[in-house]
Amino acid sequence: MKTIKIEKSQWASGLEKASKAFRLIGPVKEKEFHSFKPLTNGAQPDLTCLNTRLSPKSLVYPQSEVMFNYSLDEGREDHHQMKEAAKDYSPKAVIGIRPCDAKAFALVRMNFDTPDYQDPYWLRAYESTTWVGLGCTSPCSSCFCTSAGCGPYHEEGLDVLLADAGDHYLAKILTEKGATFIDAAGWKAAAPKDADKALAAMRAAAEAKITSFVQTDRLKALPNNDLYSASFWEDVSFACINCGTCTYSCPTCWCFDIQDETRGTSGVRMKNWDSCMYPLFTLHGTGHNPRGTKLHRVRQRFMHKLKYFVDKYDKGIQCVGCGRCVRLCPVNIDIRRVCNMMNGFAASGEACAIE
Amino acid sequence: MRNPYLPYPVRIDAISVETEDKNLKTFKFVFLNPADEQKFAYKAGQFAELSVAGKGEIPIGIASSPTEKGFAMFTVNKVGLVSSFLHSMKVGDVMGLRGPMGNWYPWERMEGKNVVIIGGGFAFTTLRSSIIYMLHPDNRKKFKDIHVIYGARTPGMLLYREELADWERRDDIHMHITVDGTSDPNWKYNVGFVPAITEKKAPPAGNDTYAIVCGPPIMIKFTQPVLDKLGYPHDKIIMSLENRMKCGIGMCGRCNIGKEFVCKDGPVFTLEQLNQTPREY
Repeated sequence: MKTIKIEKSQWASGLEKASKAFRLIGPVKEKEFHSFKPLTNGAQPDLTCLNTRLSPKSLVYPQSEVMFNYSLDEGREDHHQMKEAAKDYSPKAVIGIRPCDAKAFALVRMNFDTPDYQDPYWLRAYESTTWVGLGCTSPCSSCFCTSAGCGPYHEEGLDVLLADAGDHYLAKILTEKGATFIDAAGWKAAAPKDADKALAAMRAAAEAKITSFVQTDRLKALPNNDLYSASFWEDVSFACINCGTCTYSCPTCWCFDIQDETRGTSGVRMKNWDSCMYPLFTLHGTGHNPRGTKLHRVRQRFMHKLKYFVDKYDKGIQCVGCGRCVRLCPVNIDIRRVCNMMNGFAASGEACAIE
Repeated sequence: MRNPYLPYPVRIDAISVETEDKNLKTFKFVFLNPADEQKFAYKAGQFAELSVAGKGEIPIGIASSPTEKGFAMFTVNKVGLVSSFLHSMKVGDVMGLRGPMGNWYPWERMEGKNVVIIGGGFAFTTLRSSIIYMLHPDNRKKFKDIHVIYGARTPGMLLYREELADWERRDDIHMHITVDGTSDPNWKYNVGFVPAITEKKAPPAGNDTYAIVCGPPIMIKFTQPVLDKLGYPHDKIIMSLENRMKCGIGMCGRCNIGKEFVCKDGPVFTLEQLNQTPREY
């Protein structure tokens, strides 16, 4: 695939053209914070936005999504039967998604697209979307993507990668879907000869600005039950209030609940985001709860992301280093610290004591 | 793309009260679209989500056997929102069935072996499925000795009492029924907790013998040391777990024990496998 040049003067008109074929979505500032919104009536994506407060996962996986409709009216032939809800999977394009958030979808896909079962809601929404990403020239201080299997110019999960080169963007077209979008926008100026070099330099400069890291090299080899029984979980979970902010803001958290809501004789069955931080998540009908304490629940979150996922898929950690949970946690629990504690576990004094 | 969240519509064909406390009822379902029964082909040990429009879904072990055709059967304890509502439903009512889900008892590995079934309370549902399956004329010859140790609090709390009596009369299955206690002077079976009866009646351990253990946590807790004492290796002890579930297909994230999902990688595990997990069940 090739790289082209998009003059900034051609940007808005290109988006205008593309909007004939795609529903455009981009980061928009509302009050203090950015979030991904439909770009209607010529609204422009705010590409100065670094990380939206919430991740863009809801673009594919809404916080609440109707799966089925049903009727309880026994006069109807199909009463008490689930009927597929109407959906709009017409093409949409997300403009200005950051590489970490795009890579997060690739991780989450492993959960929703398996050899045995495919979640049609997640997959259809994902596949109907073209991801036009923007490389990060000045990452946040809490970003640690480069050690989380990602990076400020990471391409995985993107269809087009844009790099801001002052008066123009360099657009690296990564997939057929990306090419279709660029065609629809009518951008076709050839990139300067040294574009690849320029891109590589921008990438290197951005990567050098990321100075916060996690160590993950030993996670896979560590015995699961030893890590589970480590004494540091008491310390890690001590301040946690189980608010769930980390899981809701996380681009790679995918847990959900299924609920029915009835009004009169008709209702919907829906999927709603859920969180491993809540006791109800695992509460048995008998009152027994296998993760009955906050220590259990905090440990589940970190063990899932940094150990179970690593063991299950062998594709690194279930984290892209976006830093949202670090910034938003009201009690300053820091996944970087926890990850490093886990990774260093066997080398620690605690492990020696166990031996 | 098949939608794994979409239940097959079914009609309640029969309801029977199983236990003297009336907290357990057995429901027989027939599929509204006959072709769905084929799609629901299952093996003994699997479960399904019973789906009641407006209330939700519950994961319940399949009590009927793959050798029984024309219906699917489930025995449901009245516990929460969905199960309580289900207990108020009538024959003819329409609901849904989603599955089958999870793995099954290791029938392939157990061929040519002795099988000891150890069950307690109302966790006997998939064990009933298993017994009916093994006793079927096409299958009985595939297994050596079959022992069943099954206990409940009182005689009236035993599930499937007529079938238990039928099996007692057969000579190709060794039944060891027990109750915690009874005031019935005519009670002709065992009295005592499942672990104690297991110690007395379970056949000797060996490479040729598998134990399937299914029951409340307290029974499992005290039965495991007995099996250890009898010398059952942990890869020959098969257990079926329960955890809170929603999706049943390994996606919603709540039923995991370590990296294994009880709904998809289980519910059936060997004790050897469980020893490798944090056992959050």
